[in-house]
Amino acid sequence: MASANPFHPDPSTQAGLEQIANSIRQDIIAALVEAKSGHSAGPLGMADIFTALYFRVLRIDPNRPDWSERDRVVLSNAHICPVLYATLAQRGFCSREEFLTRLRKIGSPFQGHSNNHFGIGIETCGGPLGQGLSQAVGMALAARMDQARWKTVCLMSDGELDEGQSWEAFMLAGKERLHNLTAVIDRNNIQIDGYTEDIMPLEPLADKFRAFNWHVIEIDGHNMEEILDAFSFADTIYEKPTVIIAHTIPGKGVSFMERKFEWHGKPPNPDEARLALKELRTLGGKIQSEHE
Amino acid sequence: MTKPILNPKLFDKDVEQIPTRNGYGDGLVEIGKQDERIVVLTGDLAESTRAHLFQKEFPNRFVECGVAEQNMMGVAAGLAFSGKIPFVSSYAVFVPGRNWDQLRVSVCYGNANVKVAGAHAGISVGPDGATHQALEDIAITRVLPNLTVIVPCDYYETKKATIALAKMKGPAYFRFAREKTPVITTDKTPFKIGEAIVMREGKDVTIAACGPLVYEALVAAEELSKSGVSCEVLNCHTLKPFDEDTLIKSVKKTGCVVTVEEHQITGGLGGAVAETLGRNLPAPIEMVGMPNSFGESGEPSELLKKYGMTSKDIVKAVKKVTKRA
Repeated sequence: MASANPFHPDPSTQAGLEQIANSIRQDIIAALVEAKSGHSAGPLGMADIFTALYFRVLRIDPNRPDWSERDRVVLSNAHICPVLYATLAQRGFCSREEFLTRLRKIGSPFQGHSNNHFGIGIETCGGPLGQGLSQAVGMALAARMDQARWKTVCLMSDGELDEGQSWEAFMLAGKERLHNLTAVIDRNNIQIDGYTEDIMPLEPLADKFRAFNWHVIEIDGHNMEEILDAFSFADTIYEKPTVIIAHTIPGKGVSFMERKFEWHGKPPNPDEARLALKELRTLGGKIQSEHE
Repeated sequence: MTKPILNPKLFDKDVEQIPTRNGYGDGLVEIGKQDERIVVLTGDLAESTRAHLFQKEFPNRFVECGVAEQNMMGVAAGLAFSGKIPFVSSYAVFVPGRNWDQLRVSVCYGNANVKVAGAHAGISVGPDGATHQALEDIAITRVLPNLTVIVPCDYYETKKATIALAKMKGPAYFRFAREKTPVITTDKTPFKIGEAIVMREGKDVTIAACGPLVYEALVAAEELSKSGVSCEVLNCHTLKPFDEDTLIKSVKKTGCVVTVEEHQITGGLGGAVAETLGRNLPAPIEMVGMPNSFGESGEPSELLKKYGMTSKDIVKAVKKVTKRA
């Protein structure tokens, strides 16, 4: 494991993965407070899924980010890129120190929305919502044309399902029966202006995906066992693509951020960051932290 | 300077006419045979874009995306990131008209090796009317970083552009017309991305043209030569990166320019010429093109006449610009 990680947790165990996810959450908070802008709720909410993906599910090699047989990840809702950067850094694709100090800074690989310019294991450019799944479909089609074994995972938000392009992509993937493609919906029920069901209702969401000829799995997006099971189940579905609806809590791990859409697009100030880090380090007061 | 090889029967009444889109279809099949990475996508427009010629030969490398252009552009980016060379085939009003954001972010910002083919461009689409006449596509593509923009003048040049773009790394947009248009060049005429071609040498005025209207420019030049006006005609097939050197060299000699294009007079070739000369060699410019308006239904020849894009309009513009020079 990357020696930069002070905990040296063992990713082959569930407890180890949970420790890594906690550490990633701390890095997200630390980087955001330094950046003075950026998104808090989404990155914290997806930390468990990113940890499971990069430390267990994906076939990847931090030393060869352009390895042709690697599994591909497309981050469609690229505003949650702090969790991608934090995970890539802990997995050894890029400098953790640089992420903690240079998020959203000029000339930094850690741009406000993730891009593919810096060779640190990021496949695409994102930002404007609804574009990621299309690119993931293109990748899955290419893999099938080449009879390659790598798979494509597209991470999306629920709010971006408002974009018509998302549904164009769901339709094509269903038509093409792309079993080598898995989409993960961060079902955290918030978007910028409020709760998804107030802004633009998505339910019945699972039924919509089924109607588009996708296999649907619903999970608790913070339960490591369910996350791992869902990805391995997706591998067994051969006749259609799989979508994992991951029910998550926006701001997960920091109680004053949890479930509040107000934390969609702002960073913590230094006082809030101190509180947040204390809560994460002590697991909400359950354990002592050496930092305190 | 190598002298361009023009169709020897160019000024004959029965000059051969082929739609430029056929050059796209034939070019795709030719390069598809040479390079397995070529993949073609369409949004329910296989036959009219001539992408169906490729589909017949290589069904496994053809993706029918349905009427969903935003998705199609993103799918192309994903294919390109996985080593393919995708050609996105649709009408220019939809691609890039309907998926400019996807072109900007997924393709250009990501520097995806995607080739975007806009068919049925210009007012000469005719009877379908204003909604289907792409007259803004060059303006909205020319501003995008990383993107190469090409407007071929005839069948052969479109075929050559298709093959050259497949061999070039990086995103590109090129457009063609629906109607049969005169074959101006031959299969031997040189074509190099980024290099304008001097189709006819002259000393009094430069006519910078692109697309099938290069023919009208050559006809106007021939006509003007009878009254002693010597026109230099440039085929500016590459709008971006724009060949500034060839333009500047020509205008140093002639002192004035007429631009000719089947596009709004703002933001297209006229814009590229004005930007270049404004920065390097200020000179009088007249612009022949769509005069900041929408088109309408009609026969292609009627529309070109009504909106002022025929050889007669070019002659008028030449007379006007030479007086200002």
